[in-house]
Amino acid sequence: MRAILLIVAILAIVAAPMAAPWLQFVLTMAVAKGLAALGVAVLLRAGMISIGHAMFVAASAYGVAFLARAGIADFGLLLVLSVVITGLAGAVVGAFLIRYRAIFFAMLNLAVSMVFYALFAKLYGVTGGTDGMTIPVPTVFGIVLSEPTFKAVLFYGSVALMVVVGLAVHRYLDSPLGHALSAVHTNEVRLEYLGVPVWAVLLVAYVVSAVLAGLGGAIAGFAIGRVVPDFAFWTASGHLVLVAVLGGIGGVPGAFIGAFFLELLHTEAAAFTDAWNLIVGAALIGVIMFLPKGLYGLLTRSEVSAK
Amino acid sequence: MSASILQVRDLHVEFNGVKAADGVSLDINEGEFLAVIGPNGSGKTTLLNLCTGYVRPKSGSIHLDGRAITGLTPRAITRRGVARAFQIPQLFSDQSVLDNMMLALAAKDGLWTMVRPLAEPARREEATALLDLVGLRDDKNRVSRTLPEGHRKLLDIAVALALKPRLLLLDEPTSGVSTLERFSLMEALMSALRTRNITALFVEHDMDVVARYANRVLVWNAGTVMAQGHPDEVFKDERVLKNVVGVA
Repeated sequence: MRAILLIVAILAIVAAPMAAPWLQFVLTMAVAKGLAALGVAVLLRAGMISIGHAMFVAASAYGVAFLARAGIADFGLLLVLSVVITGLAGAVVGAFLIRYRAIFFAMLNLAVSMVFYALFAKLYGVTGGTDGMTIPVPTVFGIVLSEPTFKAVLFYGSVALMVVVGLAVHRYLDSPLGHALSAVHTNEVRLEYLGVPVWAVLLVAYVVSAVLAGLGGAIAGFAIGRVVPDFAFWTASGHLVLVAVLGGIGGVPGAFIGAFFLELLHTEAAAFTDAWNLIVGAALIGVIMFLPKGLYGLLTRSEVSAK
Repeated sequence: MSASILQVRDLHVEFNGVKAADGVSLDINEGEFLAVIGPNGSGKTTLLNLCTGYVRPKSGSIHLDGRAITGLTPRAITRRGVARAFQIPQLFSDQSVLDNMMLALAAKDGLWTMVRPLAEPARREEATALLDLVGLRDDKNRVSRTLPEGHRKLLDIAVALALKPRLLLLDEPTSGVSTLERFSLMEALMSALRTRNITALFVEHDMDVVARYANRVLVWNAGTVMAQGHPDEVFKDERVLKNVVGVA
């Protein structure tokens, strides 16, 4: 039942821009944020909240901009290289941060992300400062596309990536390594006494989460056509936590459900009032109070009650 | 006489001036079920903590099968074949009984199979067989935090057994377990140890359990070994009766 619902939802997402073309950008950004929020949700499985993952979103988007400036024009190559760079950054940052737990982990992520933000904002000669950097329309398999055509390719490619990456992350979370990650939250001592290197379990998770944020960052960069330091600002990181919690961390679809819900709510609310934050905030309070497992909990709950 | 698999030599450790181990030497022999008894606070659990690397000795050495394990981490010692069950069961409380077992089996085999699921058929079968061995088959789908204490203890032991250890260390396996359940727990444990040919050391306060199941008893008092031998001999020792059993 849940699988059918998810397939119907994906088909609806694919079809939506045909009915309302303005939705294409909104939904592309929702996929990008969903991927980054999934990265945050992976760490939440271990009970570790990162309030700094926007640094990887920004690192990847800046990676695309720098690589494009260096002369790389192919979409696929830009995407892969920027994500690899972000994964490496995740490995370096993660190697230090996974030693910490609870509030220390959260605040250190925040601190490192603000260092990233400051570097992006202040190194004007390199990064363009607060003006940011332009991300040109890349070629796709050597074909030069017009901007509207590329944005359509980006949208459908992002949706396909969401499905493939979502399945891969589901497999990871269902593997012994994924279960060990959840076990970090409940009993780290027992894990050590099973001979499991907790640091390695967490480092893999941190790199996976950075790669996911990187994928989201690259897609967002391509969609907007520009990257600015605000990509790494702490409110952007907080937004990712919000999306993950709103959607629910009980399963991979949660992050995407949260992202689509929030992007669409934001767009609709902003269309008729400046106080759209009020509406988003009220929706969030409602979810936290009545849906402790997030919006995805609605799906799992209906499945349980159907049994 | 069976070969010694764990050799502890001249071990010293103290906490804030209190000696928990004061020049202790002991051996655990292959196939043995060795009981460690002693008053509260005498350092019995510290012995387990030393043997599993949770506490590092001030001086002295610990060898497993002739290889030094002194100062290694709990993880490294576990991988060398020493498993532990705790006084307060250390479980993955949000996960099912079966998942607790399968994670332990996966940890033994190596976690780095990101592609295959935790619940692959062979692993599920092995986990179920182990649960059967300790009498927890009917609980396999329960979330482990919902189990009664006796079953939590058994699961903690089963998780340790899943590591196929050379040596199993048990900290008060019957504490917190009702009198009715105590002996059925011990029977299940002994059956699992015999079936899997595992050597074990257990810290215990229940002298009936010690008398019935231990091959050898080691009496620990104020960081030293006061006496050791067959339970029949040890329980006749007046110093033991006076200081430990409290019936002299």
